[in-house]
Amino acid sequence: MAEQHKKRIATASLAGCFGCHMSLLDIDERILDLIELVEFDRSPLNDLKRFTRRCDIGLIEGGCCNEENVHTLRDFRSNCDVLVAIGQCAVMGGLPVMRNAIMHSDDPLKECFDEAYIDSPYLYNPSHQIPNDPALPLILDKVYTCVDVVRVDYQIPGCPPSGDTLWQTLVALINNRPADLPYELIKYD
Amino acid sequence: MDDQTRIVNQACQRVGNDRLRLMDILLDVQRELRCIDHRSIAQIAQQLNCARIEVEEVASFYSFFSSPRKGDIAIRLCDDIVDRFQGMPAIARAFEQQLGIRMGETSADGTFSLDWTPCIGLSDQAPAALINDTPVTRLTPQRVVEIIAELRHHGDPAKLNTAAGEGNNAHPQIAVEVHNQIRHRGAVLLNDAPADAGLDVALTLNSDAILQRIEDSQLRGRGGAGFPTGRKWRTAANTIAEQRYIFCNADEGEPGTFKDRVLLTEHAELMIEGMTIAALAVGAAHGIIYLRGEYSYLKQHLESVLSQRRQQHRLGCSIGGRPGFDFDIRLQLGAGAYMCGEESALISSCEGQRGEPKTRPPFTAERGYLGYPSVVDNVETFCCAARILTRGAAWFRGFGTAASAGTKLFSICGDCDRPGIYELPFGVTVDELLIAAGARDPAAVLVGGPSGELISQTAFERRICFEDLSTAGAVVVFNDRRNILEIVEYYMAFFVEESCGYCTPCRVGNVFLHERISKVRQGLASPQDLAYLQELGDTIAKTSRCGLGQTSPNPILSSLQNFPLVYSALVKERDDGWQAGFDIQRALEESRRLAKRRSFIYDPSYSDSTNSDKEAPA
Amino acid sequence: MNTPIRFQIDGVEVLAEPGQSIMQAADAAGIYIPRLCDVEGLEPQGSCRVCTVKVNGRTAAACTQPAAADIEVENDTLELTNYRRDLVRMLFHEGNHLCPICEASGRCELQAMGYRLGISQPTKYPYLQPARPVDASHPDIVLDTNRCIRCGRCIRASRDIDGKSVFGYVGRGIDKKVGVNGDNLLATDASIDDCAIALETCPVGCIIQKGMGFYKPIGERSFDHQPIGSNIEGNRSGAAHREETWRQGEE
Repeated sequence: MAEQHKKRIATASLAGCFGCHMSLLDIDERILDLIELVEFDRSPLNDLKRFTRRCDIGLIEGGCCNEENVHTLRDFRSNCDVLVAIGQCAVMGGLPVMRNAIMHSDDPLKECFDEAYIDSPYLYNPSHQIPNDPALPLILDKVYTCVDVVRVDYQIPGCPPSGDTLWQTLVALINNRPADLPYELIKYD
Repeated sequence: MDDQTRIVNQACQRVGNDRLRLMDILLDVQRELRCIDHRSIAQIAQQLNCARIEVEEVASFYSFFSSPRKGDIAIRLCDDIVDRFQGMPAIARAFEQQLGIRMGETSADGTFSLDWTPCIGLSDQAPAALINDTPVTRLTPQRVVEIIAELRHHGDPAKLNTAAGEGNNAHPQIAVEVHNQIRHRGAVLLNDAPADAGLDVALTLNSDAILQRIEDSQLRGRGGAGFPTGRKWRTAANTIAEQRYIFCNADEGEPGTFKDRVLLTEHAELMIEGMTIAALAVGAAHGIIYLRGEYSYLKQHLESVLSQRRQQHRLGCSIGGRPGFDFDIRLQLGAGAYMCGEESALISSCEGQRGEPKTRPPFTAERGYLGYPSVVDNVETFCCAARILTRGAAWFRGFGTAASAGTKLFSICGDCDRPGIYELPFGVTVDELLIAAGARDPAAVLVGGPSGELISQTAFERRICFEDLSTAGAVVVFNDRRNILEIVEYYMAFFVEESCGYCTPCRVGNVFLHERISKVRQGLASPQDLAYLQELGDTIAKTSRCGLGQTSPNPILSSLQNFPLVYSALVKERDDGWQAGFDIQRALEESRRLAKRRSFIYDPSYSDSTNSDKEAPA
Repeated sequence: MNTPIRFQIDGVEVLAEPGQSIMQAADAAGIYIPRLCDVEGLEPQGSCRVCTVKVNGRTAAACTQPAAADIEVENDTLELTNYRRDLVRMLFHEGNHLCPICEASGRCELQAMGYRLGISQPTKYPYLQPARPVDASHPDIVLDTNRCIRCGRCIRASRDIDGKSVFGYVGRGIDKKVGVNGDNLLATDASIDDCAIALETCPVGCIIQKGMGFYKPIGERSFDHQPIGSNIEGNRSGAAHREETWRQGEE
């Protein structure tokens, strides 16, 4: 393989659980091969908080549930040539999207907060306060998938996609060929 | 026994607790109790000795049945695009103001309810509405004030002081302000031929000879699909069975079509004569006229024509003195479902089922109502058949084109000076129709209603016939000031509303088409969205179960093809890769209100300029 | 007396008994036509349309279309695969299908159809995210209608096999749903022993037997290793099929 430059990769977890990032680490010793093939830019894996330069590939875990998620996702779209949505949350909202079932009510967000902090029978919240620190990003009216907010080039379903799935997809992307995943590696759970 | 129980029981007893007559029971209960609630449903099920879910399946299908209570006076405004363009929004506001309720609501005292309904077959006298069963036409805000004042006074829509229309519309049994607006009378249908001349001829012939005449005439179904009538009759006649049925499809629901309304008003005898001839030809003893609920103001008139014919021995036993020729007809009212215009859905409805199409094959002519061979034909088709028997197949073939024999009734409406009914031979060009109707600046014409084709000026030379543009009668004219995408979006909303939901593509796909066309209309779409519309429309057309589903994407598919510039002017490629349809400000509105603070990122005074997303200029 | 009918599916000659559907004949011949609403033992209703094939060039549902002499049926073509992908996507987007937390995951026919058809690309359709109820009133059974795909298998099983009317369709259009014969499932005569409640009847995770959640570990579930339809294809291996589908490309 003639190396022009190492592919630059950025990753982010939006409204996700970091499970997809964990799964990326599940590629075990192949992570050494990966380091040979790519360099990581903005990513929680190296704690870089901003893009240092334009990237070839952006991997997004999680959908958008607050304003900061939208901001990050748009930043990724603007700074990455290829954007890949990873995992069910990024693809279709995942578990956070369950709150959209109440968006048909008259006051959906209030209902959502009340359920989470005031009314739930499984709750311990002696102050009866709904968290509202100025440092908290504002929550969106509902959970949006990545495709709702920006154009997405590829998606890898799964909760999380397995390490093998992520590895094979990344290798394919790095080598500019289609990911030819075997049956066992495409899963929605 | 309380009132509700008594009324429900009476409704069931009126039809002898016959499960097949569930539509009639539900119509009665809705009319008298103004709703069909769970208690009534359980009560009906008990009376009919069937499961409650069976009754609920049917009651929840038709839009004229409602579980919340409707007003004693249910006002339904026609929300068809033609009515909208002719001032319906102002009429709706006037009703809302006069009644102090909003669309979809019922007044606190239970007197009035106000709802939208799709095309009620009065597009040539729009804006129009139904008040209970009574149609009111050519509404103005001032007229609304008068109507409500009058209804508050005597409470009976049938007594509304209206200027009765011409012809039979002024008949005491009809007496509504509906106008026939017959603008051109052709040779076949809209003229006065001797009554029952066709039936008299048929009575001298054997079954095969009648079938032969209909086949020779090359008559094709007038409901839109154009299936050869003779072949359909022959199939039913040749299918071995104990009984056969004749159905008249008077469920004229295609938006912009109203020609059957005029035939039913003025030529009910001719239609029934045609049905009787069909019964003689195929050997049927029973007939059903399926009348759309919107036309229920014609019910009394039709019933009286039927009973008159029974007295004249033109219906009943040994018709015309011919021993063994027994045939009678009953009237079945619909209850607000476009789907029931599909012949097998119509039969399902007559069987007291949801108005969903049956699986084909078998075709209804082989196995229809209760599994018996059933001929389902349009009102106009039966009228043509009667005339063919009178004047002969060759005479009939003398009109029209090679593959489309005879004349056709066109119902023209929209932006033209002379909307109404035109009987002209098949093969007439769109241009000729437009001139006849006085369309001064037509930019688009919807031929065949939303399931037909929306054509532009470049295609006005095209002919209306089965070989080219086919239509059940609807010709809707739009001038150059109308927004094509508003028209398309409306019709997609119509299909979403009227899909029976049986099959996936029509039920779900049309919701997606509607979502995306409204995005296009708002200028939020990209060129890829047009490919999406095309592909999705193609999937729906190719995979839907019945003809209505297969043609439901037509408003989009035909406008994409015939008005490409309208679309291309509205879509734009965004190079930032952000979705134009996502509005961060709107997504945050609710949150700002609840948190009582502004956005750190998206409210300018809070954020520093390097950190904020730059929203693309609108 | 019963002369078999001969016709072709994708160029392969197939025999059918008179009265059989294209689907039945294909099953017998070891040719799998994807389907969701149709299942052996129930009257076909042709509503999901996933079994759309082309018969002499015209689309038709294989489960309701009778086999006929000398017809040429197309089944495994890119055009039809694309229609089927669209239909399966529509069903995914119509309801709330959260595979990660669904008891039926791994044995769900909708999910398996997504796998088999190779649906893995960014979605084109909006998610409708309807608000739908969960009915847990019955001691043994839960209905999570978020996952219902309106296939009607429970309706037909209850009516035609159990001789009951526990389920039925109510509403129309996009609001068409499966209702129960009473205020809730507890008010019906539904029983855990009904065919309508059996695990194989509901193709998704809408009808759930209490206490049966996640009864098989990941890796041992019906479709973890073998695509749906493998049992019909018999000796055709999953690997062979997989290659075919992926060669047909996505989008």
